[in-house]
Amino acid sequence: MSVRTLSINGQQVSAPAEATVLEAARDAGITIPTLCHLDGLSDVGACRLCLVEITGSNKLQPACHTRVAEGMEVQTETPRLQQYRRMVVELLFAERNHVCAVCVANGHCELQNLARALGMYHVRFDYLSPTCAVDITHSRFGIDHNRCVLCARCVRACDEVEGVHTWDIAGRGVASRVISDLDQPWGESTSCTACGKCVLACPTGAIFRRGVTVGEMERDSAKIRFIVEARNQRW
Amino acid sequence: MQRARLATIWLGGCSGCHMSLLDMDEWLFELAQHVEVVYSPLVDIKEYPDGVDIALVEGAIANEDHLHLIRQARERTRTLIAFGDCAVTGNVTALRNLFGTPDDLLRKVYAAGAPDGPVPREAGVVPVLTQTVTPVHAVVPVEHYLPGCPPDAGAIRAAISEALQVSAIETQRK
Repeated sequence: MSVRTLSINGQQVSAPAEATVLEAARDAGITIPTLCHLDGLSDVGACRLCLVEITGSNKLQPACHTRVAEGMEVQTETPRLQQYRRMVVELLFAERNHVCAVCVANGHCELQNLARALGMYHVRFDYLSPTCAVDITHSRFGIDHNRCVLCARCVRACDEVEGVHTWDIAGRGVASRVISDLDQPWGESTSCTACGKCVLACPTGAIFRRGVTVGEMERDSAKIRFIVEARNQRW
Repeated sequence: MQRARLATIWLGGCSGCHMSLLDMDEWLFELAQHVEVVYSPLVDIKEYPDGVDIALVEGAIANEDHLHLIRQARERTRTLIAFGDCAVTGNVTALRNLFGTPDDLLRKVYAAGAPDGPVPREAGVVPVLTQTVTPVHAVVPVEHYLPGCPPDAGAIRAAISEALQVSAIETQRK
């Protein structure tokens, strides 16, 4: 295993050559906020929360999707990054109808936790207040598009871990929606195995178990990583 | 010791935040030694007074009366605190934004089962609805944000204590 040595926030860090900046930072005890990243799933660099500054590059790079390199100098907490991250979370709140007070995930929500961690006390942008559907045609689960942040963790969990790919994303930009099969009601999906991995993967109250009410939707998203690692074990 | 002038304002909200304020129980007696309540739905004062030190604003901006009151309050208050989720985000009050214009909304509420039924439009009787419901900071600058639906009594107590300390320092400087 070849090793790369780099610095993160001035701290000297060693990491395997194939590691990402995010992995190297975590191993060194440095927290970089993430949302679309979930241990056990591939990375897509979609949410832009893990953006970092790398000396010699004008572009901000997603830590989850950037390989470590010898002599790399990484900054994870500059005022510019903090400002952008806060703005990203504000825009996520403004884009759909995240009404925490009546949400099943209130108090157990990664978006809420991010807002708190980044000091986002209010949204400076106009709320878009889009019309979003709630699909409870499935016998065990429901999907509320009002709460969806388009992280695509459900899409990847279904495709990569369950091997089904019931979920995908249709549309462009703010009109994007997570869809099941050929954009039909979830309950009519013939591919869905009702395994519940999308429920585990969802960071907000968008995908939930039917029957839960305000604040009751707790889940252990680390189970996705557990499943993936258990499969790779050979006895 | 001069007591700080405290106001509480009730805009487009359910009054739950004011209920939570009363949940501070016996600390209200201590609070009464440090503040004079100069305007509130809990006291019988009709006109928002001048020279208010701290105002807790519950509720979102949903109609013309709210707009008028919050602008008046902004002019006459040193520290505005957005008090609870409706004031901070629009929250449940802003759910009406999903139903389109105020006219669409009134039709939905009053004439959904009777398509030709009357929709109340008596000018000067009930306040005219704003086009959209917005958080308070979308209309006037706000100094502090106190989230929660409602914020719990402990959080309100902490916010008021902090604001009173800052207010005392600012009063001394004057």
